[in-house]
Order: sequence, then structure tokens, then C-alpha cells
Amino acid sequence: MAKTSQSNMSSWLKQPGVLAALPASLFLLIGFAGPLLLVVAYSFMPSKTFTLLQAPTIENYSSIISDSYYISFFWSLAMALTTVVLLFIICYPIAYGMAKLFNKWANLVTALIAVPILISENIRLFGWVLILLKNGVFDGSMQSLFGLSISGLLFTVPAITLGLVYVYLPFMLFPLVIGISMVPETLKEAASDLGATRWQIFREIELPLSMPGLMIGGILTFVLVLGSLAEAKILGGQAIVMIADDIESAFTFAQNWPKGSALSVLLIALSGIIVFLLFRRVDLDRVIGRR
Amino acid sequence: MKASRSQNLSRRFIILWTGVVIAFLYVPMIAVVLASFSKQRYFKFPIQSWTDKWYQKAFSSLSVRELLWTSLSVAALVTIISVVLAFFGALAFARYDWKGRKLYQRLILLPIFFPQAVLGLAMLLWFSAIGVITSWQTAVFAHLVWITPIVILIMSIQVYSFDPALEEAAYDLGATRWQVLTEITLPILSPGIISGAIFAFLLSWGNFPLSLFTTGADQTIPEWLYAKMVSGYTPMVPTLGSLTLSSAAVFLLIAYIIWLAISARQRRMENR
Repeated sequence: MAKTSQSNMSSWLKQPGVLAALPASLFLLIGFAGPLLLVVAYSFMPSKTFTLLQAPTIENYSSIISDSYYISFFWSLAMALTTVVLLFIICYPIAYGMAKLFNKWANLVTALIAVPILISENIRLFGWVLILLKNGVFDGSMQSLFGLSISGLLFTVPAITLGLVYVYLPFMLFPLVIGISMVPETLKEAASDLGATRWQIFREIELPLSMPGLMIGGILTFVLVLGSLAEAKILGGQAIVMIADDIESAFTFAQNWPKGSALSVLLIALSGIIVFLLFRRVDLDRVIGRR
Repeated sequence: MKASRSQNLSRRFIILWTGVVIAFLYVPMIAVVLASFSKQRYFKFPIQSWTDKWYQKAFSSLSVRELLWTSLSVAALVTIISVVLAFFGALAFARYDWKGRKLYQRLILLPIFFPQAVLGLAMLLWFSAIGVITSWQTAVFAHLVWITPIVILIMSIQVYSFDPALEEAAYDLGATRWQVLTEITLPILSPGIISGAIFAFLLSWGNFPLSLFTTGADQTIPEWLYAKMVSGYTPMVPTLGSLTLSSAAVFLLIAYIIWLAISARQRRMENR
């Protein structure tokens, strides 16, 4: 019995796919799974300690629940939800155009939208600081054109929302394009011939059939916003504290690794559940490979 | 198909809206470049007088050179290592059919969905636990954890369209494994490999949340920019910002030309 399972194991290992998967998998085992397990272990250590050699405790979690951390969790969730809804409304017409209307122009539009991803987030957010600043691009133009002074735009919740929508737009758009291009034109024509209205076609055909792309885009942006740090700090000043900010200060200013680890575990668990629910419903071969 | 008036209208709306959103994406970058040429110590719009003195200052500054060098070394190493890891990773993702592939596809993509700031902090804990002092080399490791899965995803898109029959034909004609790899698989997949390398280089070049916690005493440009932004405005922020922006643009242009040349050559080979 033991012998057959061993030979099964070695024949499984000899598949070319397994061999090809090994280097990256081993690397991520050391570089990703290892640190994660360490964070989980630290989250059960007594507060403000730097070793793993103490008796485990759940004091970090209970103090997080009794403390005011729910406020930053609330803000992160609220910002994530707002961003996803706004992005869906902003991106749907563009995605539709890229999948169905633009034809040979679609590649150019794709490139123009993808290039900013490759420019450092900090520089792009700094551009918004320059625009929203008192005497900045927006305020300055209003002053010289209409004599109106509109300051106080920076360091507000709408400014953070703007930054989040701005940074994560491509992550909603591209999955949506794939989703919408999976909807067969013939189906829509048939529905139209049978007398369906534009709204009915959208609700009954386009939306359900492009759902895999919509789900990937929505959940990708949701999780990214949930863990975002730079937008709230650069554009928000002290307006709100999001959860990643709390985690950072627990690790750095407070020097409380176990508390920071426990907060991280909660954030990871929250994002993990969402991603897991997504992956159970989506077939990656079909979406990425268009098989 | 009947093209009614309302269809024409919505078509126009979509084109207009796309233009507006693309402008929205580029306006902040233009603002950064404009600010870097402003003479005033504090940014004020409309800009009254122009200067290139901040650029002269940046080019003669030793600390700026050091920042550039650190960022460049990290990005170059990350690109080379991630492309090698991801090449095989993408073959396992999309080319071969093997037991456990579905699970692998899901697990390997997890780091992309992971909050980067938390990943950076987890790495910091990890390095201190195993007794490694953080420096730009540890940042390379941290970047790789996040960037390798992205490169796997990008290369997989190309691998899906790769016809395995070509490899099999080469084997039947007596080619060795090495010959098949270097003469069939690599050349056909090269556009995907180059796209992957472009993403790897630029994502590492611009990365902030991972570098913040894993570079130790070394500093990359995005870290420096953040530190200066938070502690107070200096005209060097837009200047260095524009410099990294334009170097990324130049890099992208060169890479695009290479990519065009390679895919054109491939099309010629296919037509023969």
C-alpha cells in the first residue's frame, strides 16, 4: 500500500506540468506562505513582544474588538464599496466600447489606459495633490478665470475616493472588457428581434453573461482598496484612518508586532473570504484563455 | 442591423466618455511635469516664471544618483528572476494538463490579491525572524513575491494560444528537449515574455508599499518621494517625479519597438 502511493507520488512528480510549476511554487512557499504563517503566529503572542517563544494568547484579538478599530474597518469597507460602485458606472461604457465598438482602436485605448499602471502610484497621487492644493491647478484656474477661490478640496473623503477611483480604474476596466466580449452578439440580436427593449437586453443578457468579468473586476478592486495605504495618506491627510494605516502604525510607531499581526490576520481573512468565494464561481481557463 | 438614431447617440457618448476618462488618467502626470519647471519654491498655479534649475540640481546631486541606482538595480534583478520563474510557471498554468493544475492556478495568483502594505510588513517580520538584515536585496525578494504571479498571468495569456502540436512535431523529428525549448517554445512565446518583462521592470521601478518596509537603510525613488511629500513640499519632488515618469515612458517606448519588431518577424516566419 505504502509502496503504491510512493510510486503514484513519483509518477505525479514526473509530469512536465508539475516540474514547470515547481520553481515558482517553491519560491512562493518560502516568500509568501512563510511570512503569512509567521504573521498568524505573532498574532497570538502577548502584546509588545518580539519573540515567538511565549505562551499563546488571544489578548490581541479581544483588545481589537473592544477598541475603536471597528471605525477603520468600517471606513475601509465603505471606501471599497463606494469605489467599486463608482468604477462600475465609470468603466461599463468604456468596456462596452472596447469590446464591441472600437475595433482596431481598441488596442490603442487599451495601451493608453494600461500605461499609467506602470507609473509609480506616488507620483500620480502627487499630481492630484498639485491639482487640489490651495493655489493649485484647480483653485488657481478658478481664481484667475472667475475670481472664485475654491480651497479645502485636499485632505477630504471625496479626495481619497477620487484617488482610489483613479488608481484602481484599470483593474475594473480590463476584466469588464473580457466579460463583455464573452457575450455573443447573435443572442442580443435575437432578443432584439423578439421585441426586447435596450434595458431588457442589458439586464437579461449582457449583465448575466458578462458576470465573470464583472465579478473579477469588482472583487479585485474591492480587495485592493481594502488594503490600500498611499491614497488615504497622501490625499486624505488626517481625514480618515483606513485599516492598512492602523496596521502600519501598530508595526512602526507603536512597535507592537503582535497587535499589528492580529489586525493583519483580520484584514487577510476578510479579503481571503471574498477572493475564495469568487474563485469558486469563476473558471480561470475560460476567462484568461477564452476557451 | 438597423443603426437607429439612439444607437448613434450612445455610440457618440461612449467615444466622448472614453476620451474624458483617458484625459482624467493623464492630467495629474501633466501637473507634476508642469510643477517641476516652476521657479517658485512653493507651487502656485498659474505658473508665473519657468526654470530648469531643479533639473540641474537633481543631475548634480549625489544622493539622487544613489536613489536612481538603487531603484534601477532592484528593478533589473526583479525583471530577470521573475521572468525565468514565470516562464515555467506560465507553462504549468496554461500549457500542460496535470493533476493539481486547478489548485495551482488559484494558489499562485493569491499574492496579487494581497494587500501590498501588509505583505511588506509580513516580509519585514520574516526577515527579522530568520536573521536577515534588510537592504535593497531583500526588497528584490519582496518585489518578486508580488510580481512573479503577475508575470505568470501575463505570460499565460500568450501560452494559451500556443499550439502544443508544434513541440510534439519537433520531438517526432528527433529534437532534444533543449532544442525544443530554445528553437520552438521560447521564440514563439517571446512576445509574451517581453510583455511580462516590461510589466516586471516597471512595477518594480514604481513600487512603494513593498519597498517601504523591506529596503532597510537603502531607499528607492518612490520611497524618497513619499517621505518628502509627507514631510513638506520641495521642488525636487515634482522634478524627481517627472524624471522617473519620463524614464518609464522612454523604457516603454523602446520595449514597444522591440516587441513590434519581434512580432513582425514572427508573422513573416508564419507566412513562409
